[in-house]
Amino acid sequence: MTSAGKLKVVAHSEREIVITRFFNAPRNLVFEAHTKPELVRRWLLGPPGWTMPVCEIDFRVGGRYRYVWRNADGREMGMGGVHREILRPERIVSTQLFDEDWTGGETVGTLVLAEHNGKTTMTNTVQYASREARDAALKTGMTDGMEAGYGKLDELLASL
Amino acid sequence: MQPISYGNQPPQRLDATFAALADPTRRAILARLASGEASVTELAEPFAMSQPAISKHLKVLERAGLVSRGRDAQRRPVRVEAAPLVEANNWLENYRRILERNFQRLDTLLDEMKAERRKHWRAGAKRQQQKGKRQ
Repeated sequence: MTSAGKLKVVAHSEREIVITRFFNAPRNLVFEAHTKPELVRRWLLGPPGWTMPVCEIDFRVGGRYRYVWRNADGREMGMGGVHREILRPERIVSTQLFDEDWTGGETVGTLVLAEHNGKTTMTNTVQYASREARDAALKTGMTDGMEAGYGKLDELLASL
Repeated sequence: MQPISYGNQPPQRLDATFAALADPTRRAILARLASGEASVTELAEPFAMSQPAISKHLKVLERAGLVSRGRDAQRRPVRVEAAPLVEANNWLENYRRILERNFQRLDTLLDEMKAERRKHWRAGAKRQQQKGKRQ
């Protein structure tokens, strides 16, 4: 296996979460893996038992993308959005909205790929539409958990 | 760009837990309580805060089930309750695992893409060589 890097998820400001991961590959490949449907549907699947029957990407500024996942029980989860900015092979800004809208409105994702010695550091920043949207997203528990931060929780749990 | 829920919705109860944990003072209070129970006066000491302000934070923590108050009528010591923290942490770990599983699949895919590209290059180099020989 490659020495691919540890996943980091942290809260950046009251409106953002930042997901960082290292990949043992040049960034043009990481970029392709994020933008070609036949490649995306091979890894962006989630927990075991989920497939990705719909993966459509109109990869140009203003172009839409649409993802739908389905689990063994037939439960579906969909999301989609529009590409706002494309800088090959280093930066993609896109909007994202889940069908169930558990994030309290549209979010904006900024994917940045930095290459060093043929290896890539990916930084994915998810920004909520507003403080209110972020607070609405808190209702799902997810962002708020991020706010608390894994490190903080780990610390607390370790000290209990 | 990363789907997050996959039906991994946090239990309703976690809303209160996460909301309580979002505040740095409340996290500091919990960290302090981790080393043993304390009275409100004792808890207020390290913070530049009035006792009523600390009491307000404690009420949020108590409603979230993160702390409980002792019976001692005078002192009413505050102590930390681990169960909701464990539950919140489990949910976050689950979320992290989902993301990490995706990225591990991406690692495998990238390895394949790299191998594919090398093969391509080698084939290209060979063609160049053969072309050179023919000339």
